[in-house]
Amino acid sequence: MAEMETEERGAKTARMPRGGSRRRRISRLSAEKIDYIDYKDVKLLQSFIAENGKIMPRRLTGVTSQQQRKLVEAIKRARNIALLPFTKY
Amino acid sequence: MRTYEVAFITAPNTADDDLSKLNSQIEQIAADRGGKITKVDNWGRRKLAYRIGKFDEGVYTFVYLEGSGHEIAEIERRLRVTDFVIRYLTVRTDEALKRAEKLKSKRKVSLTPRSPDDDFDLDLDLEEDEELMGRI
Repeated sequence: MAEMETEERGAKTARMPRGGSRRRRISRLSAEKIDYIDYKDVKLLQSFIAENGKIMPRRLTGVTSQQQRKLVEAIKRARNIALLPFTKY
Repeated sequence: MRTYEVAFITAPNTADDDLSKLNSQIEQIAADRGGKITKVDNWGRRKLAYRIGKFDEGVYTFVYLEGSGHEIAEIERRLRVTDFVIRYLTVRTDEALKRAEKLKSKRKVSLTPRSPDDDFDLDLDLEEDEELMGRI
């Protein structure tokens, strides 16, 4: 009985994420050890916004929640000063 | 001491004279209130991510300064009343930079390899053992 239960749980975690989008677990932020996210670094911030200008959810980018909070702040600052768009099209 | 970044966009048709006059005014304001400008960055003409008023382009200037915070109020007031400034943004940076520095040093500590110390201890033990063995 107990064995069956653990087997089931194992199968659950091994299941592929729905929707077909693969997780990118390591983001550039961790890989390049960026501690201070500058709102002027347009190139970096652009890699975290979607085609339409929206901020990407961290389930797609693989950043930590702390990094996401800093990113959101930086992106919003960049938008304010017209370095990034609020929306596209 | 706090550090700030003041960014402002001026209209692309602004005369160079007006812009340099504004820059020296900002410098004056900072100096009068005990602040100090550490760096001025000029990105020049750049395409705006969206239209502001009737402008598609703007001239970006970034002023880095340290001070108590009193000079910021006056600089912002100055930017507000200047017609050719189409957008400005002030960011306080000292706290975030300090936090980033802390993260960096923390990572360094955790990355320091422990093995050399362990090896050293191991060697000592072995030598003692050998000494003991010799004595016996």
